[in-house]
Formats: sequence, structure tokens, C-alpha cells
Amino acid sequence: MITFILRRLMAAVPVLAVVTILVFSLLYFAPGDPATIIGGDLATPEEIARIRSVLGLDQPFLVRLAIFLGQLLTGDLGTSIFSNLPVTHLIAQRIEPTLALATVTILFSIAVAIPLGTLSAWKAEALIDRLVMVVSVLGFSIPVFVLGYGLIWLFAIKLQWLPVQGYTPLSQGVGPWLANLVLPMLSLSTVYIALIARITRASLLEVLAQDYVRTAKAKGLGDRKVLGHALGNAAVPIATIVGIGIALLIGGVVVTETVFAIPGLGRLLVDAILRRDYPIIQGVILLFAAAYVLINLMIDISYAVFDPRIRY
Amino acid sequence: MTLSRRTVLKGSAAALATGFTLNGRAPAIAQAANRTLKFIPHANLSSIDPIGTTGYVVRNHGYMVYDTLYSFDSQFKPKPQMAEGHEVSTDGKTYTIRLREGLKFHDGEPVRSRDVVASLKRWAARDGFGQTVMALTDEMPIVDDRTFQFRLKEPFPLLIEALGKPSSPVPFIMPERIAQTDPTTPIKEAIGSGPFRFLANEWVPGSRAAYARFEGYVPRNEPIDGHAGGKVVHFDRVEWVIIPDPATATAALQRGEVDWLEQPQGDLLPVLEQSKDITITSYDPIGTVVLLRFNHLHPPFDNPKVRQAVLAAASQNDYMTAMVGNPKLFRECKSFFPCGTPMSTGAGGEAMVADLDKAKAMLRDSGYKGEKVVIISPTDLAYLHTLGLVTEDLLKRLGMNVELVATDWGTVLARRASQEAPDKGGWNIFHTTAVGVEFMSPTSHLALRGHGRASWPGWPTNPTIEKLRQDWIKSGSLDEQRAIAAQMEREAFTAAPYVPIGQYQLPTALRRNLTGLVAASAPFVWNIRKA
Repeated sequence: MITFILRRLMAAVPVLAVVTILVFSLLYFAPGDPATIIGGDLATPEEIARIRSVLGLDQPFLVRLAIFLGQLLTGDLGTSIFSNLPVTHLIAQRIEPTLALATVTILFSIAVAIPLGTLSAWKAEALIDRLVMVVSVLGFSIPVFVLGYGLIWLFAIKLQWLPVQGYTPLSQGVGPWLANLVLPMLSLSTVYIALIARITRASLLEVLAQDYVRTAKAKGLGDRKVLGHALGNAAVPIATIVGIGIALLIGGVVVTETVFAIPGLGRLLVDAILRRDYPIIQGVILLFAAAYVLINLMIDISYAVFDPRIRY
Repeated sequence: MTLSRRTVLKGSAAALATGFTLNGRAPAIAQAANRTLKFIPHANLSSIDPIGTTGYVVRNHGYMVYDTLYSFDSQFKPKPQMAEGHEVSTDGKTYTIRLREGLKFHDGEPVRSRDVVASLKRWAARDGFGQTVMALTDEMPIVDDRTFQFRLKEPFPLLIEALGKPSSPVPFIMPERIAQTDPTTPIKEAIGSGPFRFLANEWVPGSRAAYARFEGYVPRNEPIDGHAGGKVVHFDRVEWVIIPDPATATAALQRGEVDWLEQPQGDLLPVLEQSKDITITSYDPIGTVVLLRFNHLHPPFDNPKVRQAVLAAASQNDYMTAMVGNPKLFRECKSFFPCGTPMSTGAGGEAMVADLDKAKAMLRDSGYKGEKVVIISPTDLAYLHTLGLVTEDLLKRLGMNVELVATDWGTVLARRASQEAPDKGGWNIFHTTAVGVEFMSPTSHLALRGHGRASWPGWPTNPTIEKLRQDWIKSGSLDEQRAIAAQMEREAFTAAPYVPIGQYQLPTALRRNLTGLVAASAPFVWNIRKA
């Protein structure tokens, strides 16, 4: 297993290198120019040219790529073109809210979706099953931002139970931290609950139809124990979909962070794209790519945990 | 020890309750809340350099942190701010300016003449009015720590007006060591002598900026009057909460999480109007002007007759209704200077007849050959994109061949800077807005220039406008200035460097317990207080 992990980590290096060069190239050839944004309405063509020169944007592609890669190898992600702050500093400021939102969302989704999916499979074709499936179709269908606005209106404006926006660091107390996370978590988790519940139901139905389940039942094993065994054997596809869900969360948090004004990495990235703040875009995408690689690795490891037949 | 489910639930409930009942915790917190102002600015504070970056949000940040030598009062007259006063030599060529006593920067250093001179030089490198000043300046000798001079090549009666320029970039005064930064390189420290200190360690670009009252700031004794007068601060702390989503910003104000929403979105105003806890008003007495800019370098708008046809077709009411909606918030203004300001004469405004049939006839006679008109329009700035859509419809009805290129603001700005032909990455039309104070004087009016490729995008060449501008700069009395401004307007309505498409008041929304909002072209945090 250790060899497998090391091999996978080594394989991540060329993946990240390709992502780095790809992102750099895309940004180089994409329309837009931070110099014109910095210059603003007042800038003359000469001033814009001077800003481009100061920022090094007038350098040829290969020179800029070499400078960027050279910085990267020393752990330097560069400096924001606009704020003049190091990208690592900006990422450090933003990583906690994103991690917190992603973690509570995925934990909440798993905690709700797996029991729902299990119940649905156990009571297949019954009213409760139909109900769960209707709810999950709704969960898929409602856009995150629409649900977010609805939750804000109900819980923040009308009932005044929860704050509308913002993020309180965990260091300032669990209560305020959770209070800021509840609404974004609810709006973001709906789609994942729907996704995971449906996959759980499908996997369990397949396992419950296996001969060994019928044999176990015939031998008088209790429902709870049968379900426990079946769930264990249905875990691999569920783990896969949870992994995909975590990866998709990276995209999902962008909208949620905007609606709830959470200062996370998603908003940092969107703001940077709109302003063409290249070093931030490159740094955050590289981080996201590394997160994808790591999540995939963890999912692969979880296969071996859930299914003893799988060995690396 | 074992934890039962009930114990965990009880603990969680208690922990949550701690967070949820913060409002009722203690009088001390309520008192602190009264000394803190939470403000949602209209945009993200992505830079802290008010000279290097000209965005209004950075200018507003500048007004928090920095001070100016002079400031405009409500009658648009420059009044001393950091300056104690000035003397002018009898030949009008030497201005001796003395600083107020006791001015200090946030790092504890006194404000000295050399700081002022370095700051004005950096400002002038980025500002059109500043460049005019420097072109007429021989030298700026330092007399002593509190006194310096402008030695001019010829008399320049507008010098003090230039030093009080109220909008981007504002001639803010910063320490010499910072002001010596190249004007195109962003500064790294926000150290000023204004009423608030910037709390750099709390700045999270895209999310939050915070300011603390500067205890060393000594306001002037005069009452507040526009940008001028004593900046008396009633808050210990000001927090800028960046909320990019307009609906969320509206909800945060409704909920009382913030005190002031600088620019509520027009279609959400009815929601705020329903709340008895919220006041909707406007801080800027002049308002914002809106314009449709032609590219004069390429067909078809290199032909003045085609520009005149569009000018004759445009209905300001159509544009402003589409963009602003509420008729109480906008006005038609057939003038190249903002209506309600001294230079606005409306001379020649009768050219804007909003008559499509007449405009069609003018277009037929113009020699228009069906060239494609490329309108660049930013979809992420909905108010500007609306203008693009109105123009697209108008030009199609006029019989023109139109392509609307809808993209994001960053791309619009980059494309707008291109002087290439429209089919090679250039453009024919863009729309923008500007706070009225920037267009109220020919010296700072970017769009009313005629110096060709060196001028603001659109690049019109018009020697008459340039000569009139020079005459205006050298003129003495207000009557003389107005007479020249009328000539400029008449020429502009003939040459059509752009189409003025209206003027509107930006609404601002505050919690009702805030009083003392200053009428000025920026959202000032002095004079205002929380009940």
C-alpha cells in the first residue's frame, strides 16, 4: 500500500506540471489585459504600455513561462498584480472558509444521504422510496443560488435565526462558526444529498438482490445485520460518488461563496479571473488540481478499506 | 466518562446559542457596535494605490486614508484642507503654500513639504489636470518643512482648483518614501494623514477592509461643506464588507448586518423601500453621466455625418428608462458638461432631436456604406450591457449593420484600448459612465478632448476643441469660462465625439439610525453618526 501511495504521489508531479503549463498558456492566449484594468479609464496607450512593461507582461511567452516556473520551483506562487500581496498569503487567508464549507457540506450530505438511500432501497417501491426519489430529483433540479436566496429569505430575513452572509473563523467559537455555515451548507449539500442517496439506493438494491443476502435472510439473520453487510459491499460505488462529489464541490463552492459572501478560494478565483490577475488564477488552479489528485488517491485507498479483495 | 447522545445535543445547542445570541450579550458590545460602521462598497477593494489605480472604490479608500491640500466645497470652489492657505505673487507666477500646523502621518511622522511635493509629482504623472499643471510649472522649491512653492512659467489661475481635484486620481498626500514609487507600480503601504488608518493586517481583498480612527487627525474648524470643511469622525472603526451579489448585499442591510449599502441595485430598491429601518437617498448632488463613445479612427464613425445621425436618433429617455428605470432617479441632460454644474450651457443641444426618421435621412445622406458597427458590451456590468442592447436596437432601426460583442468588463477594457480596425480586434462603440464631478471642468473632461490617438479611447481629432480647452484654462472669470464652455458644447454637438445619453443619481441605502450623510461625490465617513 505504501508503495502504491508513493507511486501515485510521484505520478501527480507530471500531472501538476501539465496543469501548470496548460493554465499558463490558456491565460497567455486568453483575451483581456490587467494593464488596461489597472490603468482604468484615464490611461493613455503609452501608460498602458508602461504598466505592461513594469508587470513584465510585454515579455515573450517562453520568458514569462520560464520566470513563472522558476518561481514555482522555489515555492513562490508570485504576487497579485492588483493588491501586491503574495499569492500564498491570499490563499492562506481564503483556505479555511472553503475547507470548512466543503467539509461540513460533504459530512452533512453523507450523514443525510446514506440513511436516506438505504431506507429507500430497503423500502423499495414503497411510498417512502417514492418520496425520497422525488425529493432527490428536486434536489438535483433546484439551482444552488435559487435555494440559497430562498434560505436567506426564510431563515435570515423572516425568522432572523441565522446571519445572511460572511464567515466567522473557527477560532472565534463553534457557535458563530456554525451559524455562518448552516445556510451555505444547506444550499450546497442538496445536490450532493440527492446524488449520494440515489447511488446508495441503486448500489444497495443490486447487493440486496444477491444470492448471499437471500441465504443470510433464510438463515434467520436480522434485518439490521443483513443491511449492515449489504451496505459494506455496496460501499465502493458510494465511495466513488462521494469522491466525485468532493471534487465537484470545488466548483460548487464558487457560487455558494458568492451568494453568501464567504471569503473563500472560489471567490478569490472568480475575482481574479474577472480582473485577469494571472498569478492568483495560476496559484489557485494549481491548488485545486493538487486537491483533485489527492482526493482521487484517497478514494482509491478507501476501495481497499471497503473491499478486502482490492489490493494495490 | 461516556457521552450520551443527549449530552452531545445539549452541548451543541449551548454552543450554537452562544453564537446566535450575540446581539443580546452585553451593553459593551452594543456600544462598540455604535462606534463601528459597516459599509458595503460598490466594488471590491483590489488595490490600495489611489494614484496607480483610478477605480472609484480605490479613490474612496483614498479619502479614508489620505488628505488633500485643498477640497471643493458644495459650490465647487477649492478651499484649504491640509493647507493653511496660500499667497500668490503679483505677477501670478509664484504660489506659496503653507501647511497647517500639527499634520501627522499614521506612522507618527510629521507631514512635511517634501512629502507634498513628491506626492503631487506622482499624482501629476497619472492625471491629465496634473500634467497640465506640471507643463506650466518651472519648479517646486521647498521653503521649509511647512512651506513650498509652485513657480510657474506663466500665470495659471486654476492651480488651486487642480490641487483640490475631487475625483480619480485625487492629489492625495502620502509620505515621500512612498510617493517616490513609480506611478505605474502599486504602492505597498497605505500610510496617509487622513482621518482613518488602514488596517493592513485585516485586509482580505475581495472580502473585507478595515480602518481605525486616526487619533492624531485634527479636523479643520469650519463646518463640513461638500468635500471641504472639518472631517469630524464619529466612529472608532469602519469595516468595508465586500458583497458582490446585489441580492445578498440587500439582505445584509435588511437584516442589520451592515449599516450602509453604497449602491443598491435598481431592481432591488422596492424591497428596501418597504423597510421602515432603511433610508434611500443619494450622496452625490451632481450624479453620474452616461455616454455612448464612437471610435473616430475607423469607418463608419470616422465620418462626422454618421455620428451626427446617431446623435439625432438617440433618445435619452429610452436609454435612461432601460438603465435606471425609476424616473425620479434620472434626468435628460443634453449637455457635454453635467447639468447643474457651472459649465453646462446646453448650447447646441437641439441636435439631439430623438427623431428616427430624420436620423435615417441623415444617415442616407452621410455616405454610410453598410459597414459593420461593432459594439463592445460587458455582460458582468448589467447597467452598461443594457446600454449596449439599447444601442444595438437603435442602430438596427436606423438601418445600420450591427454586431454586439457581449463579453466581460476585463475583455471590454482590453479591446477598448486597441486602435486596430474593428475586424482586427478593435471596436466602433462602447458605453460608460463617469461621476459628474469628473466632467464638470474641461481640464478633467476626458471625453471632450480632440488630440487624436493620444487621447482617451475613441481618439477624436478636433483642433477647435483643443484650442477652446486651452483658452478655458487661461481664462479668468466665470463668465468668460462659461462663454468658452458654450462654444465647446456647440462644437461638440456638431463634431459628436460621443453621445451624452443622460444623467442619473446613484441611490444609496442606509439604516435609518445613521444621520449626517455628507453631500459630496464620494461616500464620506465623516460627519455621519449612528444613533
